[in-house]
Amino acid sequence: MISIDIEKKLKAYQGQQVLKISGEFATCSITKIYGPSGAGKTTFLKVIAGFVQPEKGNITVEGLTWLDTASKISLPPQKRMAGFVFQDYALFPNMTVLQHLQYATKDAAWIQRLLAIGKLETLATHKPEYLSGGQQQRLAILRALATKPKFLLMDEPFSALDPEMKVELINELKLIFNELGTTVFIVSHNPQELEGLAEHEMNIH
Amino acid sequence: MDLNPIWLTLKLAGITTVLLLAISLPVAWWLSKGRSIFKVITEAIITMPLVLPPSVLGFYLLLAFSPQHGMGKWLQQTFDVQFVFSFKGLVLASVIYSMPFMLGPIKSALQQLPVSLSQASYSLGKTKWQTFMHVLLPNIKPSLLTAIVLTFAHTLGEFGVVLMIGGNIPNVTRVASIAVYDSVEQMDYSTANAYSLILFGITFILVISVFVFNKYRLKSPLE
Repeated sequence: MISIDIEKKLKAYQGQQVLKISGEFATCSITKIYGPSGAGKTTFLKVIAGFVQPEKGNITVEGLTWLDTASKISLPPQKRMAGFVFQDYALFPNMTVLQHLQYATKDAAWIQRLLAIGKLETLATHKPEYLSGGQQQRLAILRALATKPKFLLMDEPFSALDPEMKVELINELKLIFNELGTTVFIVSHNPQELEGLAEHEMNIH
Repeated sequence: MDLNPIWLTLKLAGITTVLLLAISLPVAWWLSKGRSIFKVITEAIITMPLVLPPSVLGFYLLLAFSPQHGMGKWLQQTFDVQFVFSFKGLVLASVIYSMPFMLGPIKSALQQLPVSLSQASYSLGKTKWQTFMHVLLPNIKPSLLTAIVLTFAHTLGEFGVVLMIGGNIPNVTRVASIAVYDSVEQMDYSTANAYSLILFGITFILVISVFVFNKYRLKSPLE
């Protein structure tokens, strides 16, 4: 079980607003998160990953406290090891596709499987600047999966994929999430694209 | 022509560049992360040599490290180290004087990298050190090269600071820029010209190599 109860001030054009989110989520579940721009969807994911500190809150993941502002507990991102797919991909310009995955894991068989899922085997020696937007986005997803995370946070992960590739990848991801027992939060502007993948939903407004 | 001033200059520039690289990488990384009044003051102090007359900096260093009083006296009595009129003093002065040339480009480059690069590395369980070595540093290579060459070239051309703290002692503190001045004072224009030409040539090759290298790297998505 994952329990989240946070309060985080957001800077907005009209002044400050407070992002308040509270809820319990079953492990191995997939939740889609949607809402208007600027509502704090990305900030919510970054709070969970440990990149951003909220003013108040608790996050407990399978009995382990990741965050408790009252007791001044906040595990660093390295200890939380939540997989993260960034909206801007955040690929490392100095690394090839293969090096991205090797940086994350030493498991060669797993790397080969990920490359096959992302259809990037033939591009293994390419750096991000020589990949298309869709290929970069797939690499970002594969890198986040490379550590076999128990918690995966995805920020608009399918926005650059063509419909065919999206359906194929989503089917593969479903299998992997199931196999790894991964709990997944997916932020999307287009909740319909996640039909059949996410069983739960959360509206942030 | 005595080539010792040239070797001494190259030795000074090499040691200064290596020391400044070691000092500037962690300092630039620290300065590039967020703002605080302490960081602003630190950066202002480091930037001061860019605008201060070199003789002013040299004068204060001379006072600070004079073996007659203060810190200089303490250093001499405790560690038997004398900075004034010694090669060590030249290195110290050059490190302070050239620091903005090393620190500036590295700090700017680190600031321009998207914060999500570090975050992505942390989410893979990598430490700050691993992230710095494998993600940040390789992605600021052009700026790193610029900083190294600028620092080396700037140290080659130092005159005021070096003269104030080191004087003009042959084989110890008589670097090429001082040898040029000395030769002109003695009306020995041909020697002055020879030293100047060597300095000009070295600096030109260094600067042009940076331009050539960075031109080939312009396709990088970060530039």
